[in-house]
Amino acid sequence: MTNLVALPVLVPLIAAGLSVMLGRWRTAQRIIGVGALTISVGVSIALLVGADSDGPLVVQVGGRPAPIGITLVVDRLAGIMLTVAAIMLLAVLVYAIGQPGAERNHVGFTSLYLIMAAGVSASFIVGDLFTLFVAFEMMLTASYALLTLGGGRAQVRAGMTYVVISLIASTLFITALALLYAATGTVNMADLAVKIGELPPGVRMAFAVLLLVVFGVKAGLFPLFFWLPDSYPTAPSPVTAVFAGLLTKVGVYALIRTQTLLFPPDSRPATLMLVLAGLTMVIGILGAIAQDDVKRILSFNIVSHIGYMVMGLALFSVAGIAAAIFYVVHHIVAKTTLFLTGGLIEHVGGSSRLSRLGNMVKSAPVVAALFLIPALTLAGVPPLSGFIPKLALVEAGFDERRYVIVGVSLLVSLLTLLSLMKIWIGAFWGPATEEPEHEPHEVGRAGGPLLMIAPTVALIAISLAIAFAAGPLYALAERTATDLLDPAVYERAVLG
Amino acid sequence: MSILLAFAAAALFGIGTYLLMQRKLSRIIIGLGLISHGGNVLLMTSGRGGIAPLIGSGDPGDFADPLPQAMALTTIVITFGVTALLLALAYRSWQLTRDDEVENDAADMSIVSGGLLGRDVTDEVTAETEVEDAKALIDSTAGEVDG
Repeated sequence: MTNLVALPVLVPLIAAGLSVMLGRWRTAQRIIGVGALTISVGVSIALLVGADSDGPLVVQVGGRPAPIGITLVVDRLAGIMLTVAAIMLLAVLVYAIGQPGAERNHVGFTSLYLIMAAGVSASFIVGDLFTLFVAFEMMLTASYALLTLGGGRAQVRAGMTYVVISLIASTLFITALALLYAATGTVNMADLAVKIGELPPGVRMAFAVLLLVVFGVKAGLFPLFFWLPDSYPTAPSPVTAVFAGLLTKVGVYALIRTQTLLFPPDSRPATLMLVLAGLTMVIGILGAIAQDDVKRILSFNIVSHIGYMVMGLALFSVAGIAAAIFYVVHHIVAKTTLFLTGGLIEHVGGSSRLSRLGNMVKSAPVVAALFLIPALTLAGVPPLSGFIPKLALVEAGFDERRYVIVGVSLLVSLLTLLSLMKIWIGAFWGPATEEPEHEPHEVGRAGGPLLMIAPTVALIAISLAIAFAAGPLYALAERTATDLLDPAVYERAVLG
Repeated sequence: MSILLAFAAAALFGIGTYLLMQRKLSRIIIGLGLISHGGNVLLMTSGRGGIAPLIGSGDPGDFADPLPQAMALTTIVITFGVTALLLALAYRSWQLTRDDEVENDAADMSIVSGGLLGRDVTDEVTAETEVEDAKALIDSTAGEVDG
């Protein structure tokens, strides 16, 4: 089983190289891309099952033992993230092939996309902070290029913001690493978890806050989120979908991993994180309501929902972290689907601005249905998959006597519904007040290009399946949370 | 020696941060370069002699710690690549706009003006002053150059 651990990184990387060489044969490129990601899905599921039944799977690269060599670890959390990420990446690649635009016009699209996939997987499985930095850079560098594919004016402007803010976050990460190494003499996460106990509590707390800032920028936490709604909407819609679904969640994953594993309970900035989580929710959703563009409303929604995940983490209880993990899984699926539908709205309606869209419930009923289900899911309407983690979060909040944040989260839930209904009324029910920017595409019998509709439908089916299988999935999330709150499990697995 | 390096890192971070606050892209890029150098210098100071995982003859106390050097090398390579990409982007931006300045976000500006311009005002005089206020606001935010 441990032989498989490196495959979610290696397979997409090798495929990326192959698809560069096969740049002329578009069909071959597509087969390689879809094939590699399908293998990735299979391997990730196998790893998740293995980690769930036998405990963390550990590989010491090059046979060097843990604190010296590079360690790859797949525990339950990494397994869950790998699986969801691989499924998302596959679905969005199929969508991108079906959509006239980014994938067809750019030879490098598949290779960049696969490199990003490798970077995302690497972020989940690495066991030391420096390799985490390298994995982040791999993912981000590919994403810079994907974001600015085409090099239009708006894209270059937004891409600039994105690159600059990411670089600053990376530099802060390096700074944190340097200070951590100076203080403890190691960057291996399991080894750090042991050695960080020797530091005074104040220094530990400073490191916790420093890492909170570093990963808060990547996750889009208040007040570090401002780059996100500016940069995401300008990219081609499959790219935005995968950024929105995955890249911010990599930041959330790193937050969960570092805050639970590295820092003992007395040096976690729990109250600070709760305040930030509440502000992230409120500011994000107010921003969403103010917008007039489908993609921008959805982008602000991401910010708001990052708040929920951080809230679950900041409770630092099994129930809270389990809810946060469930929320991450649900949100990756629901958000990616919404952005894919956003792309369909743009394709079918000819614009993504609400003032230029209208009456699509008649002209594109399939797209309307494909929008409504994930929108209700995201807002947390029972019995869809968004309801379960929200309920769990509220319960966990009550258990920990954090009543204010529970109140805020419920209010923001209502406002989320309002922001999504704004899209519904603006694009599907109401009339258009302005002319669309370009001619709407012809709507076929399926309601759009088959390769765009099929992945969207598949993701909605997955989202519904999450709701139906909530019992076993929630039990898995609880086992994961128990592991996370007991760092000894991870330490034993890595250090032996 | 360490104290000198610490001052160097602090100076690099300080100057870099100042440059990042500017509105010209070229300065922002130089600022980023300086900040990442600051990070690398800090990384170099983080090693302690004597804990080097080296195999060989001699007293381990004489060896410098190779790990921070390896990490600094890796970050230098990564920053080099990303800075090259950033320069390409800045050049593209200059090609498109003939200007080195960071633009305001168009959608943000339309919301700022929409909130003020789109309000129902029955009194014509008030409406006119409000429109002028909105325009002045947009101009002032767009015109904050160089600092």
